[in-house]
Amino acid sequence: MSGKRIGADAVAEKGWLAAHKWLILRRVSQFGILGLFLLGPLAGVWIVKGNLNYSLTLDILPLTDPYVALQSLLTGHVPEKLGVIGVAIVLAVYFLVGGRVYCSWACPVNVVTDAAGWLRDRLGIKGSVHLARATRYWILAMTLAGSVATGVVLWELVNPVSMLHRGLVFGLGAAWTVVLAVFLFDLFVMSRGWCGHLCPVGAFYSLLARWSPLRVSAPRRQACNDCMDCFAVCPEPQVIRPALKGEDKGVGPVILAPNCTNCARCIDVCSKDVFAFGLRFSNPPSIVPPAVKAD
Amino acid sequence: MTKSNTPKSAAARRQFIFDTARMVCGVGMLGLGLGLYAKQVKALPALALRPPGALAEDDFLGACIRCGLCVRDCPYDTLALAKLETPVAPGTPYFTARSVPCEMCEDIPCVKACPTAALDHGLTDINKAKMGIAVLIDHETCLNFLGLRCDVCYRVCPVIDKAITLEMLPNLRTGRHAMFLPTVHSEHCTGCGKCEKSCVLEEAAIRVLPPKLAQGALGKHYRLGWEEQKKAGRSLLDESKMLDLPDRLPEGVTLPGHYDPASGHTEPMRGMAGSEAGIIPSTPPGLGGKP
Repeated sequence: MSGKRIGADAVAEKGWLAAHKWLILRRVSQFGILGLFLLGPLAGVWIVKGNLNYSLTLDILPLTDPYVALQSLLTGHVPEKLGVIGVAIVLAVYFLVGGRVYCSWACPVNVVTDAAGWLRDRLGIKGSVHLARATRYWILAMTLAGSVATGVVLWELVNPVSMLHRGLVFGLGAAWTVVLAVFLFDLFVMSRGWCGHLCPVGAFYSLLARWSPLRVSAPRRQACNDCMDCFAVCPEPQVIRPALKGEDKGVGPVILAPNCTNCARCIDVCSKDVFAFGLRFSNPPSIVPPAVKAD
Repeated sequence: MTKSNTPKSAAARRQFIFDTARMVCGVGMLGLGLGLYAKQVKALPALALRPPGALAEDDFLGACIRCGLCVRDCPYDTLALAKLETPVAPGTPYFTARSVPCEMCEDIPCVKACPTAALDHGLTDINKAKMGIAVLIDHETCLNFLGLRCDVCYRVCPVIDKAITLEMLPNLRTGRHAMFLPTVHSEHCTGCGKCEKSCVLEEAAIRVLPPKLAQGALGKHYRLGWEEQKKAGRSLLDESKMLDLPDRLPEGVTLPGHYDPASGHTEPMRGMAGSEAGIIPSTPPGLGGKP
């Protein structure tokens, strides 16, 4: 980049820590979750058993990945009681906090693709293969139909998310090659390619976010000085515009687009404190809730 | 939709159709690849065994959600999750008998841990497990087949004398010794793999294979005459109408106990050993007859 780095204004204005607050919290969350899983195999402290597909915490709290469970269901298999309870808990939690919170606060691949995005920016790599962001929904539909057709939990054959997490907890094997492929793809082939365009796991969780109460909002959008840092840092920049620039059209300040991952980097990098977490319902000048189409 | 067919909307429509076609083709190709991979992966390698209670492979790959709780609750580190490079569906649990066999825990913790029905929770007696079936696959190197008394597979079998028995046969090489041949009985074998693990050879002569590979199957229409006869309490054929060939015997010789269907006559038995076998002359001593 020729000019200032993304978020330089915010750092100057608020200080480094405040300009990275949510990023740090997010990394703490991601590595904390991973650490809990690793505590068992590495230190023999079994707080959490299993992996992101299904885990049992303290021998009492089951958590099941609803997307994997759905594929399994489509092959004609119903989970046992704990598995079903796990699905219900996960669905409820991600419904409340925003489905793609999974992507930005729990998923280990997010660290990989964020690293690729950061390096892409640092190296000034321009140009990116164009692909509609809706591609992920097509892939999602394909994996569901494919599970019916093959009788196999289809996406789990190649899913880099579960491969990386399972690999770290149970032994990586050659799974690092897939993770490296995702990293290089995001770095050289397509900006925000994996998480932003292809991954059906994120696509599935975004469906939950359609009605999630917890959202990022732009309550002080009048203060926006058009520095564009939020657009540059956002992994799903298309979600910001309607909320940030929609005042003239009578659109409320809440980012309602389900593909917002609630990563809150926009809150961090804004020197004018335009953004803040808020609730979907406090969306005053809204006339028509905008059904933002991806891309 | 209500707009007229201006060149601009026509171009947009064309573009939309092309974009959709591109998407469908791209995702379709990905799906095709995945589907073919799924088909490949159903061919579980013969030496990879599933945990106790595992559904048949076709169902297992749909029911298992790759969480690894069975692996975690296995007290003997028998189970592992398949890695990407393992020729087993990635993330699914398996074990290799020759490395670490199943210890057949009585409480079957792996099954209890499974959050789906991939491991059948109806399995409560580990002796009913069917992880595979042991097959004495190499009769040329098995020490017992060579006439030695290795017996290790027989002795380590947790279901000894039911799943594996030693069958005595004469050793025709020496002409004077016996061979004790380890013989697997499929109805009792759980496929735990202890026999394969403990086989003293460089390469195990006894191996646990998936039942599909290990067992033959009679045609559905096959009936075993002697069993049908037992069930019915009588012969299923009208024996008087059987074509009976004349018994060509030297003059004055009789076949003791011989039943002649044409006449309905049975020669009286001689009181010789093994004569309960009826028309079949008793086998020579030591050749599989009742002890």
